[in-house]
Amino acid sequence: MSENVYIIGTDMIRFGRYPEKSVPRLGADAALAALDDAGVGLRDMQALYCGNLLQAGAMVGQRVLQEIGQTGIPVVNTANACATGATALREGWTAIRAGLYDLVLVVGVEQMGKAGLLGGGGSKGISTEGLLGSGTMPAIFAEAGMEHARKYGTTFEQFAKVSVKNHHHSTRNPKSMYQKETPLEDVMGAEMISYPNTKLMCSVNVDGAAAAVLASESKARELGLGRAVKISASILTSDPYTARDLTMPDINTCTRLAAKQAYEMAGVGPNDLDLVELHDCFATAEILHYENLGLCADGEAGKLIDERQTYYDGRIPVNVSGGLLSKGHPLGATGVANVYEVATHLRGEAGERQVAGAKVGLTHVIGLGSACAIHILERVAV
Amino acid sequence: MPKPLPIVPYLKIPDEGDPYLEGHRCLDCRAVFLGERSVCANCSARDRLEAVRLSNHGELYVYSITHRSFPGVETPYVGAIVDLEGGGTVKGNLIHIDPDPEKIPLGLPVELTYQIAPRKDAEGNEYLMYYFQPRT
Repeated sequence: MSENVYIIGTDMIRFGRYPEKSVPRLGADAALAALDDAGVGLRDMQALYCGNLLQAGAMVGQRVLQEIGQTGIPVVNTANACATGATALREGWTAIRAGLYDLVLVVGVEQMGKAGLLGGGGSKGISTEGLLGSGTMPAIFAEAGMEHARKYGTTFEQFAKVSVKNHHHSTRNPKSMYQKETPLEDVMGAEMISYPNTKLMCSVNVDGAAAAVLASESKARELGLGRAVKISASILTSDPYTARDLTMPDINTCTRLAAKQAYEMAGVGPNDLDLVELHDCFATAEILHYENLGLCADGEAGKLIDERQTYYDGRIPVNVSGGLLSKGHPLGATGVANVYEVATHLRGEAGERQVAGAKVGLTHVIGLGSACAIHILERVAV
Repeated sequence: MPKPLPIVPYLKIPDEGDPYLEGHRCLDCRAVFLGERSVCANCSARDRLEAVRLSNHGELYVYSITHRSFPGVETPYVGAIVDLEGGGTVKGNLIHIDPDPEKIPLGLPVELTYQIAPRKDAEGNEYLMYYFQPRT
């Protein structure tokens, strides 16, 4: 009988720009903070799962241990596009479920510098960028948003409202890169990157790191369940075949598949959720995921944002951290940071931005290409 | 003048006749893929794919209008996702249209036009590429 898995400690560094620090140093800062939060030490850890994308070949997890203690434990480095951190977390969860370990450390870390538009990578011959459309991320997610507009008449203004909300949320999050209001006219009037995504509707390239300590149920009970958060679902999917997805990445089908499996595993439904941290890499994407995660019926996502139902005091708060749009999106750290955010609310420790009485929350990330990871977290009834 | 190279492997330049886009169709599930393959990504059938010449006509499914791209890339441009008649979805620039969302109807009938690309590779080779344009 495999045991339930709990988060017994988690923390993140404030997302921002740290050109003077190395990737392992950023990861080590988050790791130490999460260990302290759990009240355990590195020497209690039986394995490390480390998510990092841009140095995926460079043994980042081992280099984190070189910063904080080379104990000889197994280290697994994961790379799964923007699902990298969540994949590391799930690998840790899997190992505890399998009965291999009682206590593992998960770190997600990324140093983005000024990474720019991403995508559109080179191949032989000539670059096709700007000749055969665009491979930049803002354009790919613009096209994903336009598919929603085509089906349901979703407007540029509705997409822009997502960014207004997430920037507003971030004003209450001291760990967010930006903490600044962006009124609708500012969002819509910002530099157009790829219609319908303006600059303020694109996630922020930042450096960041987040970490979590996972424990088996028996170990969590031994250490005291007081502030522990239960992982009641951990799901990872890849993109099932759909007719256009080799030309136009499909972020919907893999999310719907993951959501269905996650709700089944946790034994909850979307109406049971008190908050959601979802993958708002672009404002257009958040609209799609309202429906993909079942937060509203198909075709009603525009109405959901119009009615402010996803604000922190609405029916289903989404991205109260400020999301990728304002808190920032350090690729490999993002999936662990959104677990930190939800866990912090479930512990009742989110300060000014606390979602009152939060008991159940969901985290979601998408790595384009594609990987979708969903975790459902629950407050432990003590 | 040497023959231009194709900008993407699925653009075919026959010795005789017009260039065209090539796909592969699964004989079992009828899924259509750009370019060559021997196993179907939809139904996993092996060695059941046949080469098909894709249509030069299609319908605009969705688009983006890119105003900021990589250094040296001229903007703005309309990146179109086009469903071709008879199967196959292709991405490319949509030209001869204002890069203005008010003026680009979804579902617009479009056609392919083949032209020499405005860029050469480091060795000075020319490339043949395709654009979409509103169907006349």
